[in-house]
Amino acid sequence: MEYLNIIFLQTYKILFLLVPVLVSVAMIVWLDRRIWAFVQKRQGPNVVGPFGLLQSLADALKYIFKEVIIPSSSNKVIFILAPIVTMTLALVSWAVIPFSATQVLADINVGILYLFAVSSLGVYGIIMGGWASNSKYPFLGAIRSAAQMVSYEVSIGVIIINVLLCVGSLNLNDIVMAQKNLWFVIPLFPMFVIFFISSLAETNRPPFDLPEAEAELVAGYQTEYSGMMYAMFWLGEYANILLMCAMGAILFLGGWLSPIDLYPFSLIPGAIWMIFKILFLFVLFALVKAIVPRYRYDQLMRLGWKIFLPLSLTWVVLTASYLFYFNLLPVN
Amino acid sequence: MKISRIFKTIFLLDFLGGLNIAIKEIFKPKKTINYPFEKGKISPRFRGEHALRRYPNGEERCIACKLCEAVCPAQAITIESSERADGSRKTTRYDIDMMKCIYCGLCEESCPVDAIVQGPNFEFSTETREELYYNKEKLLDNGDRWENILAANIKADNSHR
Repeated sequence: MEYLNIIFLQTYKILFLLVPVLVSVAMIVWLDRRIWAFVQKRQGPNVVGPFGLLQSLADALKYIFKEVIIPSSSNKVIFILAPIVTMTLALVSWAVIPFSATQVLADINVGILYLFAVSSLGVYGIIMGGWASNSKYPFLGAIRSAAQMVSYEVSIGVIIINVLLCVGSLNLNDIVMAQKNLWFVIPLFPMFVIFFISSLAETNRPPFDLPEAEAELVAGYQTEYSGMMYAMFWLGEYANILLMCAMGAILFLGGWLSPIDLYPFSLIPGAIWMIFKILFLFVLFALVKAIVPRYRYDQLMRLGWKIFLPLSLTWVVLTASYLFYFNLLPVN
Repeated sequence: MKISRIFKTIFLLDFLGGLNIAIKEIFKPKKTINYPFEKGKISPRFRGEHALRRYPNGEERCIACKLCEAVCPAQAITIESSERADGSRKTTRYDIDMMKCIYCGLCEESCPVDAIVQGPNFEFSTETREELYYNKEKLLDNGDRWENILAANIKADNSHR
């Protein structure tokens, strides 16, 4: 009986996390399109529901009723598995994101490592989709995307090392609490910028949306997908973007901490601050999409390997030397 | 590379400038309109749905000269005529195939009595092809419905003809 209770409690907790995440993914797509439109002096989606808020739901409904076309030459099992893998991995990583000191599904000690590992696995969904389609554009898109995500993961990993040097723990709540006095965005500002740009590349957002560069690759790895399977790729992609925003907020912007630790502000629950920070980063994501042209592939690789990696490695050395010299290394 | 260029690259100055412009653009008035609810301005010369006009006394203007039929590059117009009891020549049939029509406006230009005109209406899509084979009745009906606007348009454009 007790066993059953635990299952029910956990299911309840998981649903309480996943349903808001999925709804906010739908809303974030709307926000993305709306900001993009506003920068270009267009109206954007504004018909379905108030301010067009329900546009994503209408789109999802359309996708559900569309036929799923599976190419005859494709590897059917992997073809169907790919969007499932992408979406599952994008949602699974939300388990460790803390929304306040207690509101976290799994408060594990290797939280940041888990996050990094799962977001690295995300590339499998794309490779599987591109390979199983057995068609040239998805294949090229998948290869590009694999190379791109692997390259930028390296610098993201090194940036995370920077933060960990200052914290001394892999637990996400400890990382947040270590920023009680000073958000890491201030001492590690260059790392924050590099993290932001790398997360753009990691989530295949413009200016690094080469895997789905429509001018050359039709739609990259998604070319052969239709209906609900396409929608799952799409959900997974935006869930990943939100996740990268959440990661940025936790690593650099103090997570669920209030920016001013004074009376009226400390009343607002941490989850609200967390959501505000995620939204702030997402608005930046959306603005960047509107203003930048797409990188060429060699430029993308040059930026990742020749600039970001040396820079972040140098910064690790600098941070470590500074902490060691002034005896500020966190000791647990 | 120049020093200033390196400085710009390292501090992402071009990017920040772009971001600044983007944020400013967000608050500027939008250039697009909510189409089905608000519509853009249409020129008096707009070449939309066809209409056959009448004189104020109710007599149809068309004299069946077949100039429009002859000039039509898509051969979308079919006219048959006969003599009426009062001796005037009038059309017995005036069909336009709206799917053949390329909306070039030559019929309107060639008409000596301003009978066939293209009005401001462009929202006449239908669910079947048959509904787009316009006959004389439908065209005259269009003329009656849009007469005020059609007359005003011809008057507004009169000095340029």
